Amino acid sequence: MTVLAIYVGLILVAWAITRFALAPLTSVDDFTRRKTVTFGDESAVRASRAASVFSVLAIFLIWGAFTGSRLTPLHAPEAWRMAPIWLPPPEAVWGRVVTIASDGYRNFTLFEHLIASIWRVVGGFLAGALLGIPLGFAMGLNGFLRGWFDPIVEFMRPVPPLALIPLVIIWFGIDEKAKIILLFLASLWIMAIAARAGVAGVKLSKVHAAYSLGASRWQVLRYVILPNALPDIFTGARVAMGVCWGTVVAAELVAAERGAGMMIMVASRFMSTDIVIMGVILIGIIGYGIDMLMRIAERKLAPWKGRG
Amino acid sequence: MADLRIDDVSMTFRLPNGGEVHALSNVSLTIRKGEIVSVLGPSGCGKTTLLNILAGFLAPTGGEVWLGNHTVRGPDRERGMVFQQGALFEWMSVRENVGFGPRMAGRPKAEIRRTVDHLLDTVGLSDFKEKAIYELSGGMQQRVALARCLANDPDVILMDEPLGALDALTREKMQGLVLDLWKETGKTVILITHSVEEALLLGERLIVMAPRPGRIHREYRLPFAEMGAGGDLRTVKRHPEFAAKREEILSMIWEMEEEIMGRAEAAE
Ligand SMILES: Nc1ncnc2c1ncn2[C@@H]1O[C@H](COP(=O)(O)OP(=O)(O)OP(=O)(O)O)[C@@H](O)[C@H]1O
Ligand SMILES: [Mg+2]
Repeated sequence: MTVLAIYVGLILVAWAITRFALAPLTSVDDFTRRKTVTFGDESAVRASRAASVFSVLAIFLIWGAFTGSRLTPLHAPEAWRMAPIWLPPPEAVWGRVVTIASDGYRNFTLFEHLIASIWRVVGGFLAGALLGIPLGFAMGLNGFLRGWFDPIVEFMRPVPPLALIPLVIIWFGIDEKAKIILLFLASLWIMAIAARAGVAGVKLSKVHAAYSLGASRWQVLRYVILPNALPDIFTGARVAMGVCWGTVVAAELVAAERGAGMMIMVASRFMSTDIVIMGVILIGIIGYGIDMLMRIAERKLAPWKGRG
Repeated sequence: MADLRIDDVSMTFRLPNGGEVHALSNVSLTIRKGEIVSVLGPSGCGKTTLLNILAGFLAPTGGEVWLGNHTVRGPDRERGMVFQQGALFEWMSVRENVGFGPRMAGRPKAEIRRTVDHLLDTVGLSDFKEKAIYELSGGMQQRVALARCLANDPDVILMDEPLGALDALTREKMQGLVLDLWKETGKTVILITHSVEEALLLGERLIVMAPRPGRIHREYRLPFAEMGAGGDLRTVKRHPEFAAKREEILSMIWEMEEEIMGRAEAAE
């Protein structure tokens, strides 16, 4: 309760600063500012950068205040503070990042743990995309193949990949190959469905235009259907990457020798809360980074998305 | 001698519920090489169906289409199509769109370049060659569609309401462009439209179709396309004969609609 009240108080302070102190410095007299009606107009709502910065600061401030951090100017009364075993102060977590980055944890450095997780995601996703995209195309273009694969894809789609972990462990064990297979299965159906939607979404007039311009069936596939499906494939890839990242962490929680999930699981057994928190933060940052990269790739490779 | 001969063409769609739609019934029409023909008719009278058959996208359930001495079977570069909108390839630049046909045919790069440059000059887009499709206005996009069609040097150009989505002013400019291109290239042009004025301006021959079943209702020979080509469309429109023909065709269409309505009521 107290934490919530303080948080709301910080929001109000930050709002007052952005509104009265910073606004005259940062505002630009552009088209949006000339609008007299902005409430209800989504395009007129732009995220305030200052607010985002304050938001991050507020979290660290509260975190520090309740853990007796040396970095925060104000502190909660002794009785309300959290013991480091439940929640260590920010600088302790940062200290852990530094030591694990250089000395390692459980035989592997921080970098090696994270790279292990990322590598599994990339490998599993690529395998899933490599098979899923052609599968989706085949389903979009051929009635027999659509009929053949529809029940399989529609059945597998609602099965959460986490539910496959026990089966994958029974069949393939807990080594690297098993994890890649799990992520492959997680991304396969997403990519197949995205590619199928991309094929189905092609406007008939584009296909007709290509044929009457003299394109062969293969050329229609290569120059019309494939590029037309790209935006849908990218949307699918972003979803698949997100799912894979979540799945790999979960799979590492269950069984792994290295990886972000393994790190926090083992640490929690020893009550090393600082490592757990560090792990969670890094997992969040990497997940966000992956999505950013996918979005950049999408803008570079399919800039016409949504503008047909 | 590559006349387009529509020989007793019928098209019956079978509906999933067992019903039938007679979209076209025994349509016969010969279009001479180099002629420009406009097609007018109420919604649902089979204009698009007819054009799709000419393009080869649909096989008629009866009759045949001949171009010169061979029958039409499937789409081919000899018959180009210009759609209302949205048929350009957004993932290609203006230049790549226009060069699509020659590229698919494996023409040499330098030759494609020359063709595309020339055509984009002709349609007035020489400053937009490297632009993306979504950066162009609707009127410019239709210019690209025209150029893309011409790049293949087809014998026949089929247009399904090509100017239907444009504003009045752009539309008038584009009508002039279509006429000029027709005159310059000497291609056979078949153009579907919902606008009586456009049909008068862009048809040496105007075909009026009637629905249920889709068929040719009346045919007119008109002097306006010849007058307008290379000249000013506004002068043509002020011509007393133009106004008279417009009235004639409008009242004929009204009569036809009333007759159809009457028949529909009688059937009930
Ligand atoms: N694939 C199809 N299946 C069943 N019926 C069809 C099909 N295509 C067209 N029709 C029917 O055939 C008739 C003619 O359609 P068509 O699209 O050729 O008309 P149109 O003259 O082009 O109309 P509009 O002016 O609205 O474009 C309509 O009654 C339509 O419902
Ligand atoms: Mg139509």
